[in-house]
Amino acid sequence: MAAHRCGLSLVCILIFSTPAPAPARDQFQEELVIRPLHSGDIYASFQFRTLWDTDFLQERQKKVSHYRLFPKSLGQVLSKFSVRELHISFTQGFWRTMQWGQPFIPSPPGAELWVWFHHTVSDVDGNWKELTNVLSGIFCASLNFIDMTNTVQPSASFKPLGLGNATDHRFLRYATLPREIVCTENLTPWKKLLPCGSKAGLAVLMKSEKLFHSSFHSQAVHIRPICQDEQCTSKAWELRQTLNVVFDHYTSGQGKKEWSLFKMFSRTLTEACPLASSSKVYVDITDNPELSPATHLLSRAVVLGDRRTYSVYDLTRAETFGQLRSFNLLLRWKGDNMLRPLLHAERYVAGFGLQTGEIHTVIYNNHPYRAFPVLLMDSVPWYLQLYVHTLTVTSKSRDNKPSYIHYQPAKDRHRPHLLEMLIQLPPHSMTEVTVQFERALLKWTEYTPDPNHGFYVGSSVVSALVPSMVAMSTNFTQDQPLFSSFVPVKEESSYFVRVYTEPLLVNLPTPDFSMPYNVICLTCTVVAVGYGSFYNLLTRTFQVDEPSPPLAKRLANFIRRIRGVPLLA
Amino acid sequence: MAAPLTLLLIVAVTIRAVLFRSSLAELISERVEVVSPLNAWKRVVEGLALLDLGVSPYSGDVFHETPLMIYLFHFTVDYAEIVFMVSPYFVDCLSCFLAPLDRFRKQKYALESDRYPADCLELLRSPKEMFYIPLKVAMFYLLNPFTILSCVAKSTCGLNNAIIALFIFCTLKGSALLSGILLALATYQSIYPLTLFAPALLFFLQRLYIPVNLRRSSFWFFTLQYAFIYVGSLVVITGLSFFLLGSWDFIPSVYGFIFSVPDLTPNIGLFWYFFAEMFEHFRLFFICVFQINVFFYTIPLSIKLKEHPVFLIFMQIAIISIFKSYPTVGDVALYMAFLPAWSHLYRFLRNIFLVSCVLLACSALFPVLWHLWIYAGSANSNFYYAITLLFNFGQILLVSDYFYAYLRREHHLIHGLYLKKKDGTEATLVLK
Repeated sequence: MAAHRCGLSLVCILIFSTPAPAPARDQFQEELVIRPLHSGDIYASFQFRTLWDTDFLQERQKKVSHYRLFPKSLGQVLSKFSVRELHISFTQGFWRTMQWGQPFIPSPPGAELWVWFHHTVSDVDGNWKELTNVLSGIFCASLNFIDMTNTVQPSASFKPLGLGNATDHRFLRYATLPREIVCTENLTPWKKLLPCGSKAGLAVLMKSEKLFHSSFHSQAVHIRPICQDEQCTSKAWELRQTLNVVFDHYTSGQGKKEWSLFKMFSRTLTEACPLASSSKVYVDITDNPELSPATHLLSRAVVLGDRRTYSVYDLTRAETFGQLRSFNLLLRWKGDNMLRPLLHAERYVAGFGLQTGEIHTVIYNNHPYRAFPVLLMDSVPWYLQLYVHTLTVTSKSRDNKPSYIHYQPAKDRHRPHLLEMLIQLPPHSMTEVTVQFERALLKWTEYTPDPNHGFYVGSSVVSALVPSMVAMSTNFTQDQPLFSSFVPVKEESSYFVRVYTEPLLVNLPTPDFSMPYNVICLTCTVVAVGYGSFYNLLTRTFQVDEPSPPLAKRLANFIRRIRGVPLLA
Repeated sequence: MAAPLTLLLIVAVTIRAVLFRSSLAELISERVEVVSPLNAWKRVVEGLALLDLGVSPYSGDVFHETPLMIYLFHFTVDYAEIVFMVSPYFVDCLSCFLAPLDRFRKQKYALESDRYPADCLELLRSPKEMFYIPLKVAMFYLLNPFTILSCVAKSTCGLNNAIIALFIFCTLKGSALLSGILLALATYQSIYPLTLFAPALLFFLQRLYIPVNLRRSSFWFFTLQYAFIYVGSLVVITGLSFFLLGSWDFIPSVYGFIFSVPDLTPNIGLFWYFFAEMFEHFRLFFICVFQINVFFYTIPLSIKLKEHPVFLIFMQIAIISIFKSYPTVGDVALYMAFLPAWSHLYRFLRNIFLVSCVLLACSALFPVLWHLWIYAGSANSNFYYAITLLFNFGQILLVSDYFYAYLRREHHLIHGLYLKKKDGTEATLVLK
């Protein structure tokens, strides 16, 4: 009887127990790339990548609830708003391409957010508005200022960086806030998204007092779906958190081309993040700097059209830390060589006075013999009214007509101007794009509290496939360093570059803010003068002016009337 | 008569041609007093460029012209200067017809002259005086600096003025059909000439000897006929505009723009600074008040001036020019061209010296204070706004002065020129 019951319970257990679902695989990699720049500055680029084999957007599967390495706040954002790709960056400072070369991950000054939504979304604008508010809370930034007056839908400049076959630009939204300031308040929630936080691994180096005392600081989050192998049999979600910082030669470096991890970050590394599958430090030794401690591990990579050699330090191996259990890198160099960047852009405002002006964008092609096309995207706020019939593009003082122009004019107080052009740059030349604008007078409530500071115009974006002097590798390997695998390389002979120009600061004419009541009174007075004169002339007629008799006479007449006696004249 | 007129035309064309070719043309076409967002030439070119790019000109907020303007300029954009030079001459046609008009009026007075006191004969104009009125009107319009500036800036205000002038010409000539069609065209261009329907109607009624009596069927019969012509042409023109671009986008872009005043570019009118400094929750209320202000003088003026429709037309045009949402000096020039027609009122004008000084001073100060605000940065917007207020005040004073003088002359025609009080001393005339 007991055996029968046991057997029955066993059968019940076998029937009712569902097989446990295979846990989704996720992995975390971290790396730091240090590149000495010829001007004496040093460029440090952190990248943290989490790969997760799950699908946030599928309805068939159970809703994702168990988060391990991937931050839950971002995962929930992705599923709730059906986001296919999300790129957000916060930058303090402007990247000086001519002095520092091309960055691994470009970003414009201020905050930039661009998102590809899934094609099942019906109300993209509603999702965009909610998404910006949620991200504003997650990153402690004022992204809630992003609304329809500074959002555009670029048609060609921001193609998906991950997987994506649908490229209907109705599902893309792009916005920048050039006025946004980055500080510790934004760094702290960003660090919290890392699996190890700021307690272990490379993130211990990120201390705000040193990071913000730099020429350039940029932190970004990039989320996109990618293929896990060459044939794309399995897909995964990739979250990359990047932090790029350039320390200044004079203010942080005391004028010496000698840097160490301690000098840059006032910390040294003690251990790798235990949750990381790989944790590496790459140092660019192409120009033969002095490096200590020495290492045998070397890596060669072609990145941004240049073949560079890197020394690799693997932090997952205990011998990297030596006897003191701390890893401090020392770097000293003398050379001045730098590869001249092939693509470079500048922008400025010309003109005088507060009525009109001209925006000049100058794009330099420094390739000695190859011409290549670039896509220029300009998003100008509505209160600078662009006149597209004044658009001129000149290269080498001759007219250069763009082959593709997409222009969406602004609607006052609803959307900004969007101008996208495909321009062919002749080799070794400077191309100037000019467009005139008029400054509008806004309502007094639409000015910022400091109106004479001016209004910011976001950076222009120049995107191009620059022909490479060195063959790029299109092989897809799992253990590629992170800095060379951010942008997918589709062909050997060119690499993708995005250059951001300076943001502009433009003054608008202001009304007198102390005058609303006075203006209403005075204008209504003038209208009333008109009304009064017309009213008089319309309702009254001409009469001969008989002066009324003085009071005494009138009184006398009144008494006479009572007495019944004839009245006075 | 022909020789002085020809000489005048040659002089006017020469001045405009010289200015077109000089460097001043660029400068003048950017002045905010001369062009407004509704009629700037730069915006017409921008609209055509947008059309070439494949984008609807009404998708942005730069172009606010009607589709028929696109039709017109699509073919004549290279000959734009000629188009703008020809348009003021339409106003001349008007002036040529003022002479027969006065003849008509004189006939009317001749019929009733036995009713006039004897001493009023000096108030009536002699044919010799009236002979020179067309020339004076032409001179006042063609040589008016405001008109020249407006023409050199290639502002489409000149074309609007030409349509209104043609409308007045056809009305005075007596052709109700053409008058209705041209009035519809003028209303289609900018909505405000709608108020000219009443004076045109009154003129036709007077001409056809139909008394203005609401109980008479003949009155209603003619009114409905004229209204039908007018509304019908308006519908046809609007329909044609729809077929140009295939959408009704032009209605919010043109008429919505005129009524809701979203663009606060400074001009010589009263609207811009008022709405720049307006509290948000009162905005709709004051927009309605200001727009009603343009239209609601029509009925009272028509009642008062129902015997004098030509003067009513003048008054209406003046009121539109002062109180419209985006006035320019071209609008001011249109009603100023009429002033020589009322030169016989000169003896009754009370403030003409003050008004002319104010208008001259303001015209000189506009560019100065604009430069100080926008370029030098040493003044602020209040300075320009003050001159705007003064200029409009001067215009209001001018128009009400002429109205006063007209009414006073009518009074004298009826009651005699030299009035005496009861005790025989000389009387003064007041409004009571």
